Amino acid sequence: MKALLSLACCLGLAASACAGAGDTGGGSGTTLSVAIVSNSQMQDAQKLVPIFEKEHPGIKVHFISLPENEARAKITASVATKSGEFDVAMISNYETPLWAKNDWLVNLSPYIAKTPGYDAQDFIGPIRQSLSYQNNLYSVPFYGESSFLMYRKDLFAKAGLTMPEHPTWQQVEQFAAKLDDPKKNLNGICLRGDPGWGEVLAPLDTVINTFGGRWFDQKWNAQLDSPTVISAVQFYTDLIKKYGEPGAAQAGFSECATQFGQGNAAMWYDATSAVSSVEDPQSSTVSGKVGYAQAPVVKTKSSGWLYTWSLAIPKTSKNKDAAWQFMSWMTSKDYMKLVGQKLGWSHVPPGSRLSTYQLPQYKKIATAFAKPTLEAIQSADAQHPTVDPVPYTGVQFVDIPEFQDLGTRVSQQISAIIAGQKSVRSAMKQSQDYAQTVGDTYAKGNS
Amino acid sequence: MAGIAESSSSSTRAGRFGLALLTWVVAILFFFPVLWMVLTGFKQENAAYTRTPHITFSPTLQEFRNVFDSGVGAYLENSLIATAVSTLLVLILATPAAYALSIKPVKRWQDVLFFFISTKMLPVVAAIVPIYVVVERIGMLDNIWMLCILYAGMNMPIAVWMIRSFLLEVPGEVLEAATVDGANLQQSLRRVVLPMIAPGLAATALICVIFSWNEFFFAVNLTATRAGTVPVFLVGFITSEGLYWAQLAAAATIATLPVLLAGWIAQKQLVRGLSMGAIK
Amino acid sequence: MSAVALRTAAPRRRTRNPEKVGAWTRRLPLLPALIFTVLITQIPFIFTIYYSLQSWNLVRPGSEHWVGVSNYGKVFTDSQFRDAAINTVILTASAVVIAMVLGTLLAILLDRTFPGRGFVRTLLITPFLVMPTAGALLWKTTILDPVYGLANFVLRPFGIGQFDWISKFPMGSVVAETVWQWTPFMMLIVLAGLTSQPRDVLEAGRVDGAGTFALFREITLPHLRRYIELGVLLGAIYVVNTFDAIYMMTQGGPGTSSTNLPFYLYQRAFLGFDIGQAAALGVVVVVGTIIVATFALRVVFSLLNVEEGR
Repeated sequence: MKALLSLACCLGLAASACAGAGDTGGGSGTTLSVAIVSNSQMQDAQKLVPIFEKEHPGIKVHFISLPENEARAKITASVATKSGEFDVAMISNYETPLWAKNDWLVNLSPYIAKTPGYDAQDFIGPIRQSLSYQNNLYSVPFYGESSFLMYRKDLFAKAGLTMPEHPTWQQVEQFAAKLDDPKKNLNGICLRGDPGWGEVLAPLDTVINTFGGRWFDQKWNAQLDSPTVISAVQFYTDLIKKYGEPGAAQAGFSECATQFGQGNAAMWYDATSAVSSVEDPQSSTVSGKVGYAQAPVVKTKSSGWLYTWSLAIPKTSKNKDAAWQFMSWMTSKDYMKLVGQKLGWSHVPPGSRLSTYQLPQYKKIATAFAKPTLEAIQSADAQHPTVDPVPYTGVQFVDIPEFQDLGTRVSQQISAIIAGQKSVRSAMKQSQDYAQTVGDTYAKGNS
Repeated sequence: MAGIAESSSSSTRAGRFGLALLTWVVAILFFFPVLWMVLTGFKQENAAYTRTPHITFSPTLQEFRNVFDSGVGAYLENSLIATAVSTLLVLILATPAAYALSIKPVKRWQDVLFFFISTKMLPVVAAIVPIYVVVERIGMLDNIWMLCILYAGMNMPIAVWMIRSFLLEVPGEVLEAATVDGANLQQSLRRVVLPMIAPGLAATALICVIFSWNEFFFAVNLTATRAGTVPVFLVGFITSEGLYWAQLAAAATIATLPVLLAGWIAQKQLVRGLSMGAIK
Repeated sequence: MSAVALRTAAPRRRTRNPEKVGAWTRRLPLLPALIFTVLITQIPFIFTIYYSLQSWNLVRPGSEHWVGVSNYGKVFTDSQFRDAAINTVILTASAVVIAMVLGTLLAILLDRTFPGRGFVRTLLITPFLVMPTAGALLWKTTILDPVYGLANFVLRPFGIGQFDWISKFPMGSVVAETVWQWTPFMMLIVLAGLTSQPRDVLEAGRVDGAGTFALFREITLPHLRRYIELGVLLGAIYVVNTFDAIYMMTQGGPGTSSTNLPFYLYQRAFLGFDIGQAAALGVVVVVGTIIVATFALRVVFSLLNVEEGR
């Protein structure tokens, strides 16, 4: 028994000693804790960090990299409970305005002013706007995206079809019908269908917007069972069910990337950042055969979504200056050139800076998609995404804290429609209930 | 050692052959997904995920190299510490406890056993934010020793239950002989009983190792950039934009390999340990 | 309870002290593990109860306030909670029973001597060693995928086409993956039981002319009972908390048809960030599980009592 007690004591002492132990890095340096999402552009940044550390001796960078949902949950828990785990956190234009309002993030304007050559005006307009709160930037974009329609130029040519630069959804449906060829394992179109507020709901929300629908009216009454929303959802789910990929109810970005990249789909409506997999000969068999059109519309002039992964400093960080040095490095013009030179120009993070699209080497490899990407992002209007006025901002999401939960619940209903388990009416009625509960809390004037 | 299925089928060679073949087929079916995963790690990315699965392909070590370049070393080290320390701690604490619940049971041993198993009924998901807040307040976030302690608590119930079963298998005569020996009961127990249940302890240790090594939820929520374990590392290869399946398979193979090897090497001990009664 | 009757040769009740000392000598070995477990598990539990009495939305700062038991009220009127509970029961029962049946059959097959027995045993325990997250992803992408999966590839000659297993059979897919991972566990436990059978009784039975099935029913099965129950109990405790398979394969869908309690809790805690509600759900799940387990364990213990005798 004595042995046990002494063992327990030793463990306890060791534990408390280790609790106080700092990092085992070099002498008097700073160690930054950075939380990022595990997408390929971020993995590239991790590979290049040694260059930053060499230029800034005394700063060491430690990463934690997780898939989107886990990263979001972890970063939110950490920042919201003010546990101070991270000096730099990767968030998006969804969190930034909300967290800036909660006073959880450091205002970056003073830091930007102190950094010559950073040129925050170089950030593409709508992106910059979406990360600002009261005209100050609270996070800086790492890469941004909108959505557009990718299509197989060769298949279109063979069928004698021409894709206009600004197609309508009705035109897209006709194309899908003509090109759909189950016998040859070719789907007319690939669209997301899996549950998640950032999964099926991203493209679907843009369809709802351009059909004239909206989530809430000015008085925060939910609109999910209104005729416009129902017709939009009917259109989207019918399109998938008739000409879409098999297994659509679980298909997200990755599954469609595989389908399209392996040549099993004639069209794919999704993020502009998809070009990094579609045009990569390592993983795609259709690179070089893809054409790009703007997000299909019906009643609005544009319909692409707006999303950006960005870096922010939680207010609890004890190393704000070092954090800014790292962040500004990772989002600077020089970084773009560095990625191009070291890892290849197709790896350059797209959609954040205008100057990226002026780099000659980038222009060379991006001829097919640079202009459509830029046009899509620049025409996205997160402040007025819908035909009728709305009390919220955000194109493919409603920028309120409750949306992660509400959006996911609604998306589960949509997936059920796509899987053939529910009718559009019953699913949207259920969704309307969910949305109304949330809308009520806003109508009362809370938050 | 003729088992139950030996009796009549051993009379026909065809019957014996048939059963052996059946066993082999089932075993290969069970193992096949794992084999496929390992093979995929050696494929190139654009060949990893195709309509007609390819058995033959040109192998490459590129994906494995990518995984190693991503710094798997630190994570392996953390996992090793968390697994080894917690398993050791569990064995040290659970063995006397199991003794006190079997051979010389305390008065309310049933209630105690029930308590142990009841600690596993709270879904971790429900308690994780409260746990996160507690751990943060005592300053033990992102600390590998916190995981050691939590894993020990997590595995204690199953260790107590299993070791108790093995102690119950020890023949009565052996125990009586140990007690008759008089003065130092504890020592004779340690010298006699412990070696007898050693395979059982090995089996329990292996189960604890498996559960600790593969534990994901505590690891991802309570660690950040320093104490991350292998499951956290592996999940970082699941990107939301693009299915880099070959790279993921390579990472999963590396992540599973240590436990796989431990399981394979120890499985003889495992079965021996679980079949303590075969000594009879 | 007959537990008290099992205490061997207790000292006569002439003097109190030796008995008290005896009782404490018995308790002492138990205490370190017990105290450790109490600290590690009950402190979080108490905090969970504390938070369950608050309404706290993580992303709305300053929203923390006392609401007493109203979170619990919401739990019992939440139809999604009821559905998730039912799914949990179906999932656990199916997976555990199927895994135990398969495990027993495999253990019987393995309890013979044949070439490559050790190697085959090794192959069979592999699924249990794979990380649950990796295993679930493996099933979703390489086996059950409608276009690229092995299941449809193998069934193509039978005209199966691009059948969407996960959408059409969400619970079935999750059960299949869980059974794949847990059968080895069951198999090992039953194998232990089989190899610990006294062979002489079997031989005697055979000499008497009993057939295989009769032998199995009368001799082997009763002996195996303890092991089967151990496997079912331990397996159930773990399978109830299945999370990875659902998270990776179906995300609780389509709709909410494959949402179980842990996944539902995850949504409340990490999407809704409603910490109070999630905590209340957790407490309800614990209480419910304890009630169910109490009945189940009574059965197990009453049978185990037959074996005790020290």
